[in-house]
Amino acid sequence: MHLLVCGGTGCNASKSQEIAETLKSNLKDKGLENEVQVILTGCFGFCEKGPIVKIMPDNTFYTEVKPEDAADIVEEHVIKGRKVTRLLYTDPENKQHVADSKHMGFYKKQLRIALRNCGFIDPQNIEEYVGADGYTALAKCLGEMTPEQVINEIKLSGLRGRGGGGFPTGLKWEIAAKHEADQKYVVCNADEGDPGAFMDRSILEGDPHSVLEAMTINGYAIKATKGLIYIRAEYPLAINRLLTAIGQAREYGLLGKDILGSGFDFDIELRYGAGAFVCGEETALIHSMEGNRGEPTFKPPFPAESGYNNKPTNVNNVETYANIPIIINKGAEWFSKIGTEKSKGTKVFALAGQINNVGLIEVPMGITLREIIYEIGGGIKGGRDFKAAQTGGPSGGCLTTKHLDTPIDYDNLVAAGSMMGSGGMVVMDDTSCMVAIAKFYLEFTVEESCGKCTPCRVGNKRLYEILEKITKGNGTMEDLDTLRNLGRVIKDTALCGLGQTSPNPVISTIENFYDEYVEHIKDKKCRAGVCKSLMQYIIDPVQCVGCTACARNCPVNAIQGEKKMPHFIDKELCIKCGACIEKCKFNAISIQ
Amino acid sequence: MEMINIIIDNKPVQAEKGKTILKIAREIGIDIPTLCYYELDGVNLENRPGGCRVCVVEIEGRRNLAPACATEATEGMNIKTHSLRVVNARRTVVELILSDHPADCLVCSKSGKCELQSLAQRLGIREIPYQGAQSTYRKDMSPAIIRDIDKCIMCRRCETVCNVWQTVGALSAINRGFEAVVATAYEQDLVKSPCTYCGQCIAACPVGALSEVDQTRQVITAISDPTKTVIVQTAPAVRVALGEEFGMEPGTIVTGKMAAVLRTIGFDYVFDTDFAADLTIMEEGTELLQRISKFMAGDKTVKLPILTSCCPGWVNFFEYNYPDMLDVPSTAKSPMQMFGAVAKNYWAEKLGIKREDMVVVSIMPCVAKKFECQRDEFKVDSNPDVDFALTTRELAELVRQFNIDFNAIEEQDFDQPLGESTGASVIFGATGGVIEAATRTAYELFTGKKLDKVDFTELRGLEGIRSATVDFDGTPINIGIAHGLANARQLLDQVREGKTNFHAIEVMACPGGCIGGAGQPFHHGNFDIIRKRHEAIYREDAGKPIRKSHENPFIQALYKDWLGEPCGELSHHLLHTHYFDKSKHIEIEG
Amino acid sequence: MAKIKLSEDKINKIKEICSAFGNKPSEVINVLHKVQGEFGYLPAELQDLIAQEMKVSAAHVYGIVTFYSFFTMTPKGEHPISVCMGTACYVRGAEKVLDEFKRELKIGVGETTPDGKFSLNCLRCVGACGLAPVVLIGEKVYGRLTPDGVKDIINEYR
Repeated sequence: MHLLVCGGTGCNASKSQEIAETLKSNLKDKGLENEVQVILTGCFGFCEKGPIVKIMPDNTFYTEVKPEDAADIVEEHVIKGRKVTRLLYTDPENKQHVADSKHMGFYKKQLRIALRNCGFIDPQNIEEYVGADGYTALAKCLGEMTPEQVINEIKLSGLRGRGGGGFPTGLKWEIAAKHEADQKYVVCNADEGDPGAFMDRSILEGDPHSVLEAMTINGYAIKATKGLIYIRAEYPLAINRLLTAIGQAREYGLLGKDILGSGFDFDIELRYGAGAFVCGEETALIHSMEGNRGEPTFKPPFPAESGYNNKPTNVNNVETYANIPIIINKGAEWFSKIGTEKSKGTKVFALAGQINNVGLIEVPMGITLREIIYEIGGGIKGGRDFKAAQTGGPSGGCLTTKHLDTPIDYDNLVAAGSMMGSGGMVVMDDTSCMVAIAKFYLEFTVEESCGKCTPCRVGNKRLYEILEKITKGNGTMEDLDTLRNLGRVIKDTALCGLGQTSPNPVISTIENFYDEYVEHIKDKKCRAGVCKSLMQYIIDPVQCVGCTACARNCPVNAIQGEKKMPHFIDKELCIKCGACIEKCKFNAISIQ
Repeated sequence: MEMINIIIDNKPVQAEKGKTILKIAREIGIDIPTLCYYELDGVNLENRPGGCRVCVVEIEGRRNLAPACATEATEGMNIKTHSLRVVNARRTVVELILSDHPADCLVCSKSGKCELQSLAQRLGIREIPYQGAQSTYRKDMSPAIIRDIDKCIMCRRCETVCNVWQTVGALSAINRGFEAVVATAYEQDLVKSPCTYCGQCIAACPVGALSEVDQTRQVITAISDPTKTVIVQTAPAVRVALGEEFGMEPGTIVTGKMAAVLRTIGFDYVFDTDFAADLTIMEEGTELLQRISKFMAGDKTVKLPILTSCCPGWVNFFEYNYPDMLDVPSTAKSPMQMFGAVAKNYWAEKLGIKREDMVVVSIMPCVAKKFECQRDEFKVDSNPDVDFALTTRELAELVRQFNIDFNAIEEQDFDQPLGESTGASVIFGATGGVIEAATRTAYELFTGKKLDKVDFTELRGLEGIRSATVDFDGTPINIGIAHGLANARQLLDQVREGKTNFHAIEVMACPGGCIGGAGQPFHHGNFDIIRKRHEAIYREDAGKPIRKSHENPFIQALYKDWLGEPCGELSHHLLHTHYFDKSKHIEIEG
Repeated sequence: MAKIKLSEDKINKIKEICSAFGNKPSEVINVLHKVQGEFGYLPAELQDLIAQEMKVSAAHVYGIVTFYSFFTMTPKGEHPISVCMGTACYVRGAEKVLDEFKRELKIGVGETTPDGKFSLNCLRCVGACGLAPVVLIGEKVYGRLTPDGVKDIINEYR
């Protein structure tokens, strides 16, 4: 029997480490430490109900476990064979306890390829990875396949880059392979910076060897002997697990000289990002690894021709790599049967926002938004109405009710004015103001722009300022034209992918929520109640008894009125701090 | 040469493979506007960040517009340089730049010469549709350069010249996004940076973010003061460039007109730095010969090669970067400072006035001269040998302020005795010129023979690093030449490692030497202008009756009259200097 | 000659770090990571020394330090507070939580309290979106935070 305790960042923050320790000590007390193993795994994905403890082999799925529950799990489940019902997941629809993960809506529609080992193996133990067919793909490549055959297999699989643009991975490898050089490089882009996306982190924390194996395969295919992982310094857990994994792989002869006796040398080093979103762009990433400001440069030359240290370099992101070993093992044909015509395989999304099941999910391409939100995500929080789902982060746009049944893949998302991006999916209900959301993303872009090209440096700032003006109630209808024209020019002229996609959140929200913009401009109204400047505090003269509590607590003396007479708020003076509402005992003050 | 076929603005064009769209378009007369792009093709200096996005063009089949400066044309490309989409994008981009740029053109140093201003005019921009935050920074006033980086448009030209051409490293892009700007380390003042004041950042800056300290007003005040005797000296490179400010062809020699306008402006004596350049050759040439003779006699204390010391940017550079080699450069002062020393001692005495009542103004192609003349070692009781160093551009300003019709004015001669010069002194203005002038004199002094052919063409040219061996009647003298401090650094590093056998090295900081100095009329990256000035310098030399410094009769008289002999006691006191360690030292606290 | 004074320990430590990276200009970012890890922040004097040791200009080092948000020139507080402003946290009210921290500590983002106890920063997605909104104090993660809870958390450290 195995007790799998989620060691992902979310669960870790909710004391999963302590839970694992307590489980171990409870087992030891009962003399079971050799019979039952406690394994701290990578992320299960179901972060909403963390910390998670899963019992194998029966797939019992305990949610929101606390350290003090450890005794019960050992006593009841392990010893007596009875499930601890209070810790089981409750189906929000029928309020029934669900005995195992296979019957949970969250998992039913998922297909785990990139995340195949996350939550199943101990990421710190190479033997567990090997036990799960790990490094067999590498052995197959080195022993049975030529580099050309490896590239061909990846090409046939139809795998496209999971980091954003969706460039065909096999083709990318082929181009890098064609450029001859004394030294070539394989780079794993683990500089995940999209606010609200953490799939790469979860893979690195939960299954680091899959990335190392894939990079080595990549090195063999393009004849590179050096691999570099560019990882955010803010990911200490992932860094530690990678370093452990690299050490183990070297020990087992899976990295280093003459790997598996094949004569092929390959080793991997880490390079640390230092907090710059633009370094997700491959030329910027390369300049950062070279020790410079992470400013993108014009392509061509592409990294495949002249990349790190001006040598041919292949850059793929973590999730792309996580797909490689299983494609080699199961074959391109198997992989290409999953997904849609032009988007093969699966995609990992970080599902977040106003949704019941926040977490990390992996779904086949072509799944609909409706399935994701209502089946996997368990619907909108509090039973409210779905308004929009934002994909692609600051580079993406919004999907609305009219897109609920559109099959999700690279091309459909672009056609809908969004993009796949790295896989953030933020679900919004009517409490989200779409103008404010556009502003939120623009603020991000303004902060993360490298400042090299004019449209991104100044243009995005101006877009942001116009949005701010609108959310403050000072917008004009001409501003909407300006937003659209400026947005179009920025897309058309910016130097790199960051700038070329940065107006998407604005353009997409204007497209889909035009009325909301007009309301902000003409009616000075924010229907979601998010834009503070557009809110008005009003005292209902019927409810008000004239106790003067509000007037006494108003920091700017905006409330006037005689004692025991209804009071009123001077809108000019009111700073909308909310102090009056807090003090009113008669529910006489409301926000409109 | 492989050729490709492309279409630009519906016109089929055959072009060389590997060339950018911008270059091909310019060759066929289509002038795609640029802003950040800056190229000095004669010295292989290029700034091509592709950042401003002004030069974007439409390429059929591409999703986005492409920067013409950075995009190589490929077979079959169909390019539109003025489609509606391009025109709208280009205009919007310039409007965005203007929206974060102060609109104080009326009082801006670059007004009328500003590339952004002319771009805005060309695109017909009458208002800026974007209001919003404007970047504001502290104005940085150094002795020579003013940084007003509110005006910075992030073209990165200054950063490139400072780091790539000069390897000075005073500037870098800092911050990111809207806050990104080019600045010094920790945004300190230039005086605390390793800046050499070469001013090439000013020459490169398309806008008014970088400019020289303007001293025309102080000069006018001095001229208007009846108690002051104001004398002026003009550097060799000024006479081949000043005409450009008045619409003349680059390379027009305006020596006589320059002397005439200076007299019209009201200087009491119009002298020539060239005179002092001849004097420099006497001192530096003698020093060179002394060192070589001692070296050949086996004196181990003697350092070779000798390095020229005329260029103040270069002097600053080695004081910062080679504090261990301060005894290698020649101790001779620059011609401007030699002139100042002669003027405030010899000439003041002749006139019977006190040095405080004499004001020495120099007209220089250079920005670093403003710093040089303020050095403490060039002052006596806080009175400087040279009071003000104006640039060629500032002189042009004075000419305009004084209602002088430069084109019409009759040529005049310099005053004597400090206005007489030789061809050798004129070529100080071009890279290789100082060492050629020194060679002309040193040869005769060393060999005791008369030099028949004074043109040492092997020392001329515009390559960044050059070397030649000159036969001193059986003794080979190895000479190195560098312009640009990156090139100088390369030679200096070799000298430091003992890997060279040079006897003498000439260094100039600016591209082409002083003719490409930062105080010259703006060339906006057109290197042909520098080529024409270069050619003019040698034309002026060839036309001079005397072409060897030691044959200048007024120099001979000055030694006879006053100085005694080259490198003698009085020379040592007045015409030579010493250098300081200006590097940063990390020391243990406490 | 400009003089920069540093303690002997610091000089030795930094020289050691720089030489561990071969004093190669391409390793400047790695050196900055190490030095900041060692001393908590990167004041100008340290950057000067790093520049000298790594054979690059001080302006270049400063250009890098100001480009990456991970590097800081001001010392962090004893208890650095980081409010996650990732999208998931944002739509679940992170901004209000941030405002409450600002009000309670009377400092802005990027600032440190005068007593040096707390510093306030924003970060983008810590990958704990299930717990949104999330705040980190030091290494400790606080999830599902509301503005009301801010004061109690601060009091834990006061």
